[in-house]
Amino acid sequence: MSKSVLILGATSGMARAIARSFAAEGHTIRLAARDAARLEPDRDDLVTRYGVTVTLHEFDALDLESHEAFVKGLPELPDIAVCAVGAMGTQEENAASPTIGASVMRANFEGPAAIFAHLANAMEARGSGTLVGISSVAGERGRASNYVYGAAKAGFTAFLSGLRNRLAKKGVHVVTVLPGFVATAMTEGLDLPERLTAQPEEVGAAIVKAVRQEKNVIYVRPVWRIVMAIIRAIPEPVFKKTSL
Amino acid sequence: MTRLSGWGRTPVAECRVKTARNARDVAEALSEGPMIARGNGRSYGDPALSRGLTLSMAGLDRMLSFDAETGTLVAEAGVLLADIIATFLPRGWFPAVTPGTKFVTLGGAIAADVHGKNHHRDGSFRSCVEWVEVVEDGGAPRRIDRHADPERFDTICGAMGLTGVILRAAIRLRPVESAWIMQETIAAESIDAAIDIFEDNLDAPYLVAWIDCIGHPPRLGRSILMMGRHARAAELPPRRRRAPFDTPRRLPLRVPFNLPGFVLNAANLRLFNALHYEMGRRKAGVSLIDWDRYFYPLDSIADWNRIYGRAGFHQFQCALPLDTARAALSQMLDDISEAGTGSFLSVLKRFGKGEGRYSFPFEGYTLALDFPAGAHSDALIERLDRITLDHGGRFYLAKDARLSAETFHAADPRFAALRDLRRANGWADRFTSLQSERLGL
Repeated sequence: MSKSVLILGATSGMARAIARSFAAEGHTIRLAARDAARLEPDRDDLVTRYGVTVTLHEFDALDLESHEAFVKGLPELPDIAVCAVGAMGTQEENAASPTIGASVMRANFEGPAAIFAHLANAMEARGSGTLVGISSVAGERGRASNYVYGAAKAGFTAFLSGLRNRLAKKGVHVVTVLPGFVATAMTEGLDLPERLTAQPEEVGAAIVKAVRQEKNVIYVRPVWRIVMAIIRAIPEPVFKKTSL
Repeated sequence: MTRLSGWGRTPVAECRVKTARNARDVAEALSEGPMIARGNGRSYGDPALSRGLTLSMAGLDRMLSFDAETGTLVAEAGVLLADIIATFLPRGWFPAVTPGTKFVTLGGAIAADVHGKNHHRDGSFRSCVEWVEVVEDGGAPRRIDRHADPERFDTICGAMGLTGVILRAAIRLRPVESAWIMQETIAAESIDAAIDIFEDNLDAPYLVAWIDCIGHPPRLGRSILMMGRHARAAELPPRRRRAPFDTPRRLPLRVPFNLPGFVLNAANLRLFNALHYEMGRRKAGVSLIDWDRYFYPLDSIADWNRIYGRAGFHQFQCALPLDTARAALSQMLDDISEAGTGSFLSVLKRFGKGEGRYSFPFEGYTLALDFPAGAHSDALIERLDRITLDHGGRFYLAKDARLSAETFHAADPRFAALRDLRRANGWADRFTSLQSERLGL
């Protein structure tokens, strides 16, 4: 059955792949981002490839006041909402400037949590829906190389887990996605290990499957489950001396 | 910096790479200095490597519109033919021209002006292109229509990205009734016999020959010709007729690592070629074959370029005029035989009339060979270069990794004009690849 899928932060390469995966299943797609006109080629692409209905919506994750009106302004309360909002910045800038650091935290935690709070309440009232939050393995343990981003993602991961717990008996399911490395604009120029790096298409396919199977927490490449188990298990006295 | 190579895995270069995701990214990249656009990296040598910036077009992979009346698709340059087929074959459309791999981008297909097994009837890729949108400087993209601006259109197709970055294009697809090809296979005892069969069958929509390029006569030069045409739905067996665009799934295979050199030694090559010939001979006759196996037999083996091991391999592809082709081909086969470096996959095709200022094909025959990279092959390939030159032939830039500027320009004087044009328009400073530097373009 065709459902409506809202993609928040739809301009990223990962979001493009996620939208394609859902469109390929015949679902109606609502793409939301700042400066939504930029998404016109993406809309055309989904329509041309999959023949589905696609609409564009102006959405600013950081403008918390606008979120309620945004949800009300959608053609319908979506069956599935995916939050791909995020910004990494560079750790040097994030650490050097508390203001920049704070904006990274807002973009990765405050904004996504706020919009999901609105959607969760509405879905709870309806008694159905799926929320998919793209968090990060960086949130599993703070590392010197990107703890500002990681801290924000840790917050979002905890928020998603709490939301899942709260809504478990209300017909609303929450999926936490920890993609690991993904070959996108965000990671361009970084020297990523090939076996640990997923293509955006893999993320899209993994999410569609996770929603169908009502998974709780997914790593896109299974190897990340092991990698992160090891990283979490390293005792702090040792961990603090590593450079990961 | 990223280590990059073409499909032949040689040369390898440390390149600064960025990925373009929209038109603005392309304009920005251009403002940073000399660059070359890179599609899916399926040209064999160094045309998509740059000492400046190598701009991956992978992020520009959106299809923008499709007109089901005319079969016209507008898409961004990074869209793969594989995606186009996946999207439109189920609706009854197929690329009008396709090379031997579906993993090429639209932009790459236009820049190299690739050809397929139907060149003798349908021409090269440019023949299905209605217009291209190109970024040529810091300004807005410019749309170049084949009818409205044929001069500029001609400077894009086959110019290997050296006259502008292709951003979008409109191409016409071909209506088909099924995903199946009606294939007729004929065995030929010699290259001469193969050419006779080609000349007798120029009305076949698709036409290609595989040649045994291992060992000595009489094996050397014997060929399997494969003619094909899109099967009509009514020709399919009843169980296929209900879903004429469904084909059996192929098992994905992968070459997991660089094979050590002995795998492709002379004995194994001989065995492979003997088997291939024998199977072709026995299968001779008419059969139905799905589009993927017919057009893209190697695509089912991911990373097949690893069979040549770490050193990589060279493709040699030349076009030969009709009147000298027989002599040139037989001399080439003699030299290959003498060198004892067999070519694993050797393909002969018949080109129709050439079009375009910088396009590779012209009427005659085209031979594609591959050899493991190394000194022994180099000596042989240089002899083949010489035979090509002596017979009025020309070389294919999409395959080339090693020609000298002197040989290339001697074979293809047209490119001196391209060099002048590039200088006159400032393109020479903006678009450079390792190939353009090597060949003095």
